[in-house]
Parts: sequence; C-alpha cells; structure tokens
Amino acid sequence: MALSGIEIFKLLPKTNCKKCGHPTCLAFAMKLAQRQASLEACPDVSEEAKKILGEASAPPVRPVTFGTGDKAVKLGEETVLFRHDKKFVNPCAFAIEVKDTLSDDEVSNLCGQVVNSEIDRVGQKLRIDAIMITNASGDAGRLEAAAKVVAAKAPGVPVIIYTENPQAAEAAIRLFADKRPILYGADASNAEAMAAIAKNNKAILGVVANGLNELSDLTEKVKGLGVEDMVIDSGARKAKDIIANNTLIRRAATKKNFKPLGYPIINFMQRPDSLYETLLAGIGVTKYASIVVMSSIEKWKNLALFTLRQNIYTDPQVPMQVEQKIYNIGEPKPESPFMITTNFSLTYFIVSGEIENSKVPCRLAVMDCEGLSVLTAWAAGKFTATKIAQFITDSGIEKEMANKELILPGYVAILSGSIEDKLPGWKVTVGPREANALPAFLKTRN
Amino acid sequence: MAFTPTRETYSGKVYPVTVGTGDSAITFGGENVLPFNSFEGSTPNRPLVAFEIQDVPPSDWPENVQKPFAGVSDDPVKWAKYCQDELKAKAIALRLIGTHPDRENRSPEDAVKTVKDVLAAIHIPLIILGSNHAEKDSSVLIAAAEAAKDRNCIIGKAQEANYKTIAAAAMANNHKLIAMSELDINLSKQLNILITQMGFDKERVITDPMCSALGYGLEYTYSVMERIRLAALTQNDVTMQQPMLGDVGMYVWKIKETTASEADLPQWGASEERGIAWEAETATALLVAGAELLIMRHPRAVEAVEKIIEELI
Repeated sequence: MALSGIEIFKLLPKTNCKKCGHPTCLAFAMKLAQRQASLEACPDVSEEAKKILGEASAPPVRPVTFGTGDKAVKLGEETVLFRHDKKFVNPCAFAIEVKDTLSDDEVSNLCGQVVNSEIDRVGQKLRIDAIMITNASGDAGRLEAAAKVVAAKAPGVPVIIYTENPQAAEAAIRLFADKRPILYGADASNAEAMAAIAKNNKAILGVVANGLNELSDLTEKVKGLGVEDMVIDSGARKAKDIIANNTLIRRAATKKNFKPLGYPIINFMQRPDSLYETLLAGIGVTKYASIVVMSSIEKWKNLALFTLRQNIYTDPQVPMQVEQKIYNIGEPKPESPFMITTNFSLTYFIVSGEIENSKVPCRLAVMDCEGLSVLTAWAAGKFTATKIAQFITDSGIEKEMANKELILPGYVAILSGSIEDKLPGWKVTVGPREANALPAFLKTRN
Repeated sequence: MAFTPTRETYSGKVYPVTVGTGDSAITFGGENVLPFNSFEGSTPNRPLVAFEIQDVPPSDWPENVQKPFAGVSDDPVKWAKYCQDELKAKAIALRLIGTHPDRENRSPEDAVKTVKDVLAAIHIPLIILGSNHAEKDSSVLIAAAEAAKDRNCIIGKAQEANYKTIAAAAMANNHKLIAMSELDINLSKQLNILITQMGFDKERVITDPMCSALGYGLEYTYSVMERIRLAALTQNDVTMQQPMLGDVGMYVWKIKETTASEADLPQWGASEERGIAWEAETATALLVAGAELLIMRHPRAVEAVEKIIEELI
C-alpha cells in the first residue's frame, strides 16, 4: 500500500538541507506521497529507506512492455478500480488466436488481417495488437512452423506463444527472442522449465492456475526463479468468474498492494459466435483485463471493441476533443447552411448527428475551445465574438458560400451582435439551444 | 503467499421493482453488490430487457433495424404481439413518438387508444414512453397512465421540466416512474428527491441518468451509473438506490456506425452486423456499469445480451 507523507518523512534524513529543491524534508515527503517528486532528488537518503520507499512507490500493477518497436504494447500500471477516480492507464490489448493446426496459408491470411486491422478514430490509430500462436496440434515442429509464418507475415506484431510443453516452447519462442514475446502456459507442473526458457529468451511469462490462491503461489514461485515480468490467468473462462476474479485481483493489487497478484491480467474470450465473443471481450475491456484473446477478426467487431476501449480508457478529467476545422456534412452547396460549435467531442458528435438526421447538407465549423461545450467555453472566454470572427475569417470559407450567414448556437445568442460587428457583410442567425431541435430548425429553413 | 480475497460488504442495496401483473409480472433490481459481483452478496433478479416499439411506423429507424419487424411494425398491436409471442420478449416499451409536435403530432386521445389496444393484446409488462417533448409529454402521459390504470406499467420519462404532472399521473394510476436527468449524478439525485417530496414512493422510481451510445459519450453514462451505484451501496444513500435504465436502442440506432453502408465505409465492415454489435455492446457495457432495465430494438442484439446476462448471473 502507498505510504503516507508522514510515513515517508520518518524515513528521510530530516536535515532540511533543501538539496532536493523543497524547503523541508516534510514538504518533500508530501510531494513523494502524491507521486509528484522522485526519491532520487534526495542525495542523503539511506539504502534502507530507498528499498522501503522503492517498493512502496512501485505501481500496484507491475508495468510490462509486450513486444518491441512502434507496435510494442504497455500493460499494467493500473492504480484504481473505477475510471471516475483516475484515468485507467494502459489500454487493454487485443490478441487473435492462431492455431498451429491451421495450414500455412490460413495462418498467413490471419496475419494479413491483423496487419491491416488499423483504423483511425477521433485522431487515434487503433488496431489488433497481438497474435497468439497456440500449440493445438501438440506437435513441437508444427508450432515452430506456424510461428515462422507469423514472424514472416506479421513482422513487428507482438506475439504470444501458447504451449504447456517446454520443448515446443523453446523452439518457437527463440524466433522472437529479442522481441519481448509472451510465453503463456506456465503452471505448477512446468514452472521451472518454462521460467528458464522465458529468462533465456527475455520473454514475459504467462502463468495460469486454478483460482487466485494457486495463482498467488505460482507467481511467487516464478519470481523466485528469476522471472519478474508476468501476465496472469486465474483460469476463469465464464463471464461471471472472469468478472469475479478480475475484480478480486485488481482489488488485491490496488487496495492491499498484494504483490503476488500485481500483474497484468490475460483473459481468454474465444467463442464460436463472433457477436457473443465481442460482448465477452467488452466485459474484459471494462473489467480490468490487460490482454483479451479472441478467435476472429471482423471489421465491424474491431470497430466496436476499439471504440469501447477508447471510451473506457479516456481520461475522465480531460474532455475528448475533435480537430478544429470546417466539416462538410452531406454534400453542401454554396447556399447550404453554415453553423458553428465548439470542439468538445460529444458536442461535435451530437450536433453533427442531428444535422445528418435532418438530411440537410450543411457546413459545420468546429472551433478549438480546449474541448469545452458551448456554454462552458463561452463562460471561460474561449468562445467569444472576437475568436469566432477570427476563426471564420482565417478559414476563408466565405469564398465557397453564396450568402454570408452564420448560424450560432442558441445558448450564445448574446454574441450575435458583436460577431456581426466584427465580420462585416455577414448575417448572424441564432439557432436552437439544443442540438435535438436542429432537424426541425433546418427543415423550416429549406 | 496465501491470498485472502478482499470482500466488500455494503450498507445499502438497490430497491427491487416489480412491473406487470399476474404470472407475467417481473422483478428487477434488489441486489446488494456491484453489478454481477455475486461472489460477495446477493443478486436476486436478472436485469430486464424490453423490446422497443412505437405508435407510428418506424420510418425513422435505419433499414437494418426496420427489417426484423417488416410486416408487423405498421401496427403497434401486431408489433407488440410479435415481440411477445415470436421473439419471447419479457417486456415491451411503447414509445409514443408520434405525439411529438414535430412528428405526426398525434393527440393524447390517439395515445390512449394505442395504449389500450396494446395492453389488450399482451400480458407481459408494458413501459409507456412519451416523445421526449417536455410539454407535450405532460398531457400525453397523463392520459396514457390513466388508460393503463392498475396494469402496473412503467411511465416515463419525468424530467425536471415536467415531473410534477407525470409523477402525479403515475401515482394516481399505480404505475412505476422513470426519472430522467442529463448525465449528472447530482441532477439525478435532485430529481429523485423532488419526486419523492411529492409523496411518490421512492421504491417505485427507476433512474435514467441518460443513455449514450458506444463512441458517443458512453463513458459518461458508464461512469455516472457506476457513481450512482457506489453511492447507493457504500453510502447507503436512499435517494440513489433506484434501479437504473439504459434506453439503448434510441441512442444507438441513429449514429453513423449503425447507419452508414459498407459501400460508403468499407473499413467498418458489414453494416448489419455492425449495427447489431453496436447496440449489444452498448447494452453490455451499461449492464456492467449498473443498468437493470434496458430498452433495445434489434432481436439479435437482445438475444446476445440475454445470453450474456445468463452467463453473468
């Protein structure tokens, strides 16, 4: 558990030497407790204090980097149970299972789908993050052959090798030795051999046990064997058990700082029905999974899951923003209506959605107000007549328009006169206060 | 190291709400733990999913969700019976969208006839929803609540602007009431207090903190629901212990992801599957956040959500 400022203070030299940049040791201790300072700033701290504070300040869920290069995925580092308390840190990774019983062509085809899975949504690039190669054949040679296809066809994509057989594991994991792969399948019976392989190949070890008690014992054992980077599987496969175990793991880690369960969670969500698998994976995204493994890739499914992950991992303190520009909705003509709003993503989505529903082609100017909604941005002095006039002038939009008319959100009707003063030749019309009145408003104008 | 699970015991619980009458009556809510955390408490009832129908043909719904109701959706009675008998719906949500002044502007008398006809045709519980026009809903829902007297329906939605008339109508005719506020835990609490101050039984209210679709503010609804549920359980706040509604279908089936064709956006994949997944995924996320009552449209989305509820309970 994190130490309080006073507990930390007791471990400091108490000399108030100011070398750390803080006026007193107590002030420094308070900053440390809030994780706003680093212990390295103190030159005189004892080794013993370093050890105690180092352990206490480590994130409750161990950070693990899976893969290397620009496709590497950061896992863990989570600190809370609920996203309204603090932003969830590292988004859940999506992995697709490729069984080694498939033909090389089928494996190659799946690799192609993973490589091409990237979509852009609200400025973020989202994709299937990893491939899990499963030793379903039970044959070591077959696993290695499938792994070779993956290494060639999906270069750079982080890989999980799934086998309980150390011989098969060794041959396949070697192909990814310097790529930070996950070797999944270590249990109580093979932990020594699997840990040795993981260590030799700098792999992360995926450990699986039957329940949280056995899992805690197993991670301690593996740690004792010299492997510190793990992902953990409680053995839960049913939705109810996945929620229960993931919740208990996250609670133990974040509330009790229980180190044996302070690792990223891997959940296996493969189901024959792709829609159902989507929902199950969604439960993993919302409830504490760091990796969910699925059996199929469909574009509609990826889009739904990527969006959910983006929603859940959004910082609740920082509003989502869209890019400042003039958006065409439908195919606007020179005489089509021209509206303005702010760049809070929800505002944009709702306003553009209602315009689409109206079926009236429009231009919508979205102005950067640091992600605030219309009324808040106006109150904060970010959505003012001067700034609006500047934005409209700079955009050069008037060249594309037949009538210089700007439709203003009803909530800022008060600005209409001053905008007209600052935009000579323009007419400012006050639109509805709420977006849901836009279809009726636009239809009456037509 | 031996692992001792951290079990939470909560001081509060969610009120159970029963809707409908006789053998078809159904109870939802009633749990004393966070959603699906039945390892440390009791979840006596499963969440209820209601099929949404409306008083006018669904010409405003996207093609992919009109299709499953082709041939029945021209008549709310046929539509309701189809949901009950063929789709095995456990409840129906009748939205009187045709009463909206910008739509068909149907009268309260028209609404009464629709409600009576639908109630005569079904035995499962009915949720009666206005058109979300605060002023018109007052007159429409007063008439509709009276027409449904003693059938133990859910009437909604009461909002800050019209809660007095709608709550009075629900109270006079023995119905449950949906109280809706806009994505803010404090507004939600305040509305519940205002409604109970009128003498309305707090255990007959269902809270609608306002739904949002996946990708369109879902995280706001999700977190408001989580916070309401935590207030109910950990602080034993009696003004926040109502079961919660996710009015999913209406918010999902108007966004681009459920309406755009695959020809326009090939990178988004098959449009029908995409729409169904969008509705089902939105619903599942809200279940995990704490919704006990869902209003949905597409039969395949409902089927998948019912299946996941089965596995979660």
